[in-house]
Amino acid sequence: MADRITDIGPPKFDKFLPPIIKDNYGKWKYHDILEPGVLMHVSESGAKIFSVRGGSGRLVTTDFIKDVCDLADKFCDGYLRFTSRNNIEFLLTDQGKIAGLKDACAKMGIPIGGTGHSVTSIVHTQGWVHCHTPAIDASGIVKAVMDDLFEYFGSHKLPAQVRIALACCLNMCGAVHCSDIAILGIHRTPPKVDHERLRHLCEIPTTIASCPTGAIRPHPDKSIKSVVINDDRCMYCGNCYTMCPALPVFDSVKGGVALLVGGKVSNSKSAPMFSKLAVPYLPNNPPRWPEVVAAVRKILIKYAEGANKFERVGEWVTRIGWEKFFEVCEIPFTFQHIDEYRWAYDTYRTSMHFKF
Amino acid sequence: MHKTPLLDQLESGPWPSFITDLKRVAGRKKAAADLLGVLERSYKDKITHWKHGGIVGVLGYGSGIIGRYIDIPDEFPGVEHFHTVRVNQPSGWFYTTAALRELCDIWDKHGSSILNVHGSTGDMIFLGTTTDQLEPCFAALTAKGWDLGGSGSAMRTPSCCVGQARCEWACYDTMDLCYQTTQNFQFEMHRPSFPYKFKVKCSGCPNDCVAAIARADMSVIGVWKDDIRIDQAAVKAYAGGEIKPAGGGTIYKKLDIKADVTDLCPTICMSYEGGKLSIDNKNCNHCMHCINMMPQALRIGTETGATLLLGSHAPILEGAQMSWVIVPFMAMEAPYDEFTELIGNIHEWWSENGKNRERTGELMLRLGMRAFFEGVGLPPVPQTIRTPRANPFFFWHAEDFEAEAAGRKYIK
Repeated sequence: MADRITDIGPPKFDKFLPPIIKDNYGKWKYHDILEPGVLMHVSESGAKIFSVRGGSGRLVTTDFIKDVCDLADKFCDGYLRFTSRNNIEFLLTDQGKIAGLKDACAKMGIPIGGTGHSVTSIVHTQGWVHCHTPAIDASGIVKAVMDDLFEYFGSHKLPAQVRIALACCLNMCGAVHCSDIAILGIHRTPPKVDHERLRHLCEIPTTIASCPTGAIRPHPDKSIKSVVINDDRCMYCGNCYTMCPALPVFDSVKGGVALLVGGKVSNSKSAPMFSKLAVPYLPNNPPRWPEVVAAVRKILIKYAEGANKFERVGEWVTRIGWEKFFEVCEIPFTFQHIDEYRWAYDTYRTSMHFKF
Repeated sequence: MHKTPLLDQLESGPWPSFITDLKRVAGRKKAAADLLGVLERSYKDKITHWKHGGIVGVLGYGSGIIGRYIDIPDEFPGVEHFHTVRVNQPSGWFYTTAALRELCDIWDKHGSSILNVHGSTGDMIFLGTTTDQLEPCFAALTAKGWDLGGSGSAMRTPSCCVGQARCEWACYDTMDLCYQTTQNFQFEMHRPSFPYKFKVKCSGCPNDCVAAIARADMSVIGVWKDDIRIDQAAVKAYAGGEIKPAGGGTIYKKLDIKADVTDLCPTICMSYEGGKLSIDNKNCNHCMHCINMMPQALRIGTETGATLLLGSHAPILEGAQMSWVIVPFMAMEAPYDEFTELIGNIHEWWSENGKNRERTGELMLRLGMRAFFEGVGLPPVPQTIRTPRANPFFFWHAEDFEAEAAGRKYIK
């Protein structure tokens, strides 16, 4: 144990930087997008680096990564990086190699794109592949939606960039709350208490303490060592299930998908915005979730038709008004759309500025 | 191999198929084969089959490993244990193929060969191994210079945008700040001792490519204080259509400088007259729109640093929050002592006052901005708010009267 290595942190990044980046670190002057998926950054020295961006499924295997490494060895002197949206970026110094790399990517099934005013890769969570509280799968819906929106990945034909994200329950590991279009898995029913299992499996005080809204209390019948749930206070977060496996929050029939729209993190023109509820419920319909795919496409198309130049989804909706958004997208307005949580008042209309 | 008729339907279509990819390793990895089996079951049942982890980890660490078990181990023994290993990514997610192959070899030997590149927080996620493989996997990683990231109520793995390595808009060295901060807080990352998670994300400019404002307790966003640099000849080239707008990443062929740039400026601090672009820089709010539109004509200023914002998190519990400004400008030069000290002060204030599972932003809302500023030693400045209060419920402390008597604006 004496020579056990701990707390060394990650390797320092400079050992992975290509020489052209080391030489021009902090000296980049401008960039150009030569074609969808191909960036050129130009340094004050005149040096140029080319980045070819490829879509990836995020959930990958070592076989896939090794294939990607073969491409980077052949075309990029062994240098590559990944983006904050799980795209691969091949880093080249020789512009002449771009065409060959693109051909090789096409053979491997790696799409090139995700730059500029495109729909780039969907950031997402684990879903049924690895998570214990999801309402929906993640990778499968992402695959189905990206298959449908594929034409927008490798092109620049939208008014501005559209960032789509998916989280498989309201805990939102994927932090989808500031996305142009957010796909969110929702539970719609409180956990079902299995009193017999709970007695053997769970610590009652920690189970009660795990509830963020205080909806869990000891069973009123003291002879039953279990808990009861105040259904009206439960918001279906699944935190109690994390502590106590006898409180499953899943419902294979009632669980489903909500869509939120209009969020952004960039400060460009308008301040960052939260995504807001557009569609409260769509059925959880594997393996290809056709209702979700169709609803996402419809919002995207209506945005593309209605937005001004360079307008993000949230800027478009803010300009036309939410009442017009629901009308244009033909989405029924329901009680679920009206906020009644902590800062609900901020969302009420306190002016005459609305449209019929 | 399990039959997977539902998953097989995800093998068609133009987007890369994770099912096809998983099937490649299913032949040599029982875990991958059984993962496909259990996933098919979830697609049929429409529920998850994973259980939360319990306590597993590597010796001496309280984080970096997420325990995971299946609820039907008899049917899918290959994923009875399916723990996650969070491997701390290098800043900016740069790799050499040699480094990536090294990581793949370790994971082929000690795990399922399945991974996320990368997870939401930024780590490379090794997805699925057994308890007995955790310590050998960790030893193999550290022997090659890698370490685990954070999990649980700990400092989480910091992450950053590509920054000065390959972006002309980076107002400070995001990759270095991310690396140094990760190194400075190794103890806090690996031994959870906070009320809840604490995330740091470093974006080089207000475009915020790592979404720092939405998902970091401490959001560091680059900014400049002086003037946007203008190349008037390049502005003319944009106006004439010789250079395409937004680096060419758009359907629009030619920029209308007035309609597309100056009229869309949120502070209306720009004008374009007689073929000349003018910017009233004192009234610029650094939104980046004009620079985004004309990257060859406009550059960020030269007096650069970062704004610190605090408090964002996803909706649990008080509803989603975005980070708000606490320090409008910090020069952000190595070794970043001022930044490190402030984070330490915040951790201390939060640890003393925070309730279990209360994020820093929620604590600030509960106790108030004044309590926070006084607790960590920051002055009140107008950049931290959008508007002053509209109510008359403001109160005076003894320190305020003392400051007033001493002719000072606030207590410090």
